[in-house]
Amino acid sequence: MKLEILKHFEDIGERFLLDISELDGTDTKVAGIYCLFAPTELVRAAGAIPVSLCGKREKPIADAEETLPPNLCPLIKSSYGYAVTNTCPFFAESDFLIGETTCDGKKKMYEFLGRIKPLHLMHLPYSTTEPHAISFWRDEILRLGRFLEESTGQKIDRDHLRFQIRIHNRIRKLLERIARFQAAEHAPLSGLTMMTVMESKSFFVYPEKYLDMLGEFIAEMESVAASGFSPFEPDAPRVLLTGCPLGKGSEKVLRIIEESGGAVVCMENCTGVKGLDLLVDEEEKDPFLALARRYLQIPCSCTTPNIGRINLLDRLISQYRIDAVVDLTWHCCHTYNIESRVVGDFVEGREVPFLHVETNYSTSDVEQLRTRIEAFLEMAGCRSNVRFANSRLN
Amino acid sequence: MIPQQNESVVGIDIGSRSIELVVLDSGGPVRQVKVPTTFDPLGQCRKLMEWTGGMRVVATGYGRKLFAESFRLEKVSAITEIQAYALGTRYLHPEAKIVLDIGGQDTKVISLSDTGKVVKFEMNDRCAAGTGKFLEFMATALQVPLEEFGGFALGSDRRVQISSMCTVFAESEATSLMARGERPENIAMGLHAAIVQRTAAMLRRVGISTPLVFAGGVAHNLCVRQLLEEELRQPVIVPENPDMVGALGAALYGRNLDRSET
Ligand code: SF4
Ligand code: SF4
Repeated sequence: MKLEILKHFEDIGERFLLDISELDGTDTKVAGIYCLFAPTELVRAAGAIPVSLCGKREKPIADAEETLPPNLCPLIKSSYGYAVTNTCPFFAESDFLIGETTCDGKKKMYEFLGRIKPLHLMHLPYSTTEPHAISFWRDEILRLGRFLEESTGQKIDRDHLRFQIRIHNRIRKLLERIARFQAAEHAPLSGLTMMTVMESKSFFVYPEKYLDMLGEFIAEMESVAASGFSPFEPDAPRVLLTGCPLGKGSEKVLRIIEESGGAVVCMENCTGVKGLDLLVDEEEKDPFLALARRYLQIPCSCTTPNIGRINLLDRLISQYRIDAVVDLTWHCCHTYNIESRVVGDFVEGREVPFLHVETNYSTSDVEQLRTRIEAFLEMAGCRSNVRFANSRLN
Repeated sequence: MIPQQNESVVGIDIGSRSIELVVLDSGGPVRQVKVPTTFDPLGQCRKLMEWTGGMRVVATGYGRKLFAESFRLEKVSAITEIQAYALGTRYLHPEAKIVLDIGGQDTKVISLSDTGKVVKFEMNDRCAAGTGKFLEFMATALQVPLEEFGGFALGSDRRVQISSMCTVFAESEATSLMARGERPENIAMGLHAAIVQRTAAMLRRVGISTPLVFAGGVAHNLCVRQLLEEELRQPVIVPENPDMVGALGAALYGRNLDRSET
């Protein structure tokens, strides 16, 4: 089944570039961002348009390695590679960049990135709950606000910020509703399609239009869901994919899981549902404090301890009736790699089969990964091979 | 030529170094063949398949997908080596709780439940370190035929420490030891010990239990067997034809399919 409306999601990058080109000659600035920690409400409140510059393809990595060490996470190298070769249209459109001190690799890479375009670095505390961490992060949000005001020449008005907070909360709620369709017994979308839908959240110029698009999509999805349609075999094991972010270009592991007969009904990572359940408190008088509280709760492995991720996984495993969990770590991503053990212990403690895969963006290990993942799904009770044999007989 | 029996099933394990084929009838394996993979695995398979017409075939090993796609026979399916080794081991040694398979290109550890189901597994599939390929390189470097390498190492009088597991670095480490006048037997022993240590670490990650079945081509190597028993302080069971276990498991899978369809 192919929904017409999916086209809008597939083309969202093009749409973004078109909309931006129409704003040429105006004062509107584009802010390149790299992470879920970037407070986009604030960016919009300053009149700028945030866009994700996270590198997801292998192509620019060789150029990045002229400066960066090869044994670094591919996401960092790809992001830098696009910048240094100026081959990413979204990077080209960006007037300035916003980074955060998340992992060591990224934070040091930003030192080089700052040589290419103006870069504002937010200092992220590693604790998410300590009161002084929250006040520190609030200060960092204020400091970003001053940078934005200087860069855009536009004052951040508190009421406008509150308006943006409400809009962003609505976007999160709608995306969460879309993700939830997959919790049904017959998940209506493949994991790959859902990834395309979810990735749209980093590529829109006009939030209201984007909200409309999500609303329309939900309406269509409701009828698909009612029809009971699913692209998966009825007995496909329901897989939760967690770990490092992935997206178009770096969807290798997601693709192999689905080619091997698994149904990726939920992605916990930053491309997926991470953060969708975290809303900014609209009642809080101090919107900066509200932002600080919300953003610090993002359950990223760069924080410690990262209890939020375990709690989120716990909920998702039940909600999406998960049969198996795959944890993806990009090569040399220490935080996710180490945390995998914590996640594995937790998942296996819930008696759900768990697989950790470590890989990069290259295709050199696809067949090894396939064996590993197929064996894992066989273990998790996948009967795709039996089906395969039977379909030959029909 | 095998008389064609309807209940016969074929398991074929297409590995990086060799292809094994097992024909199973209701009584058990009736034929076992092993040929080198060469640069034309499909050609090799085709030769092996000539006389299997009509039988159900189950492929495993890294070439399973290629095989299933190229031989669009009616009754072809594919399973992973993990499942194949689990099934094959269970058939030969129903009491087995853990399977170690060191093949030409990768190492696997599979832990089995009481009913023979795969509970957990680990694979080293990233590089040649600790696999049959590593032994092959080192045997060549020391100019000892691969089949004799284990026995050669057992002739050592002292164990030298080899710290690199990377095939390339280990080779240069071995070369510099030779230049210092170390006996080649002792170097060979050091190399075997390095493999065993790495393997034992992998076994510990999955959780060591007993009985342990050691399969795959490297199980022929006496020195690896002996060192493994020493390191783990438990006996290691090696099937009669350790490199046939995957093909046997694939055939067994096929037999179950046939049964479930009738
Ligand atoms: S995984 Fe962590 S550092 Fe990476 S984008 Fe997500 S929140 Fe940011
Ligand atoms: S995947 Fe890991 S190493 Fe790479 S940018 Fe994200 S947190 Fe950093």
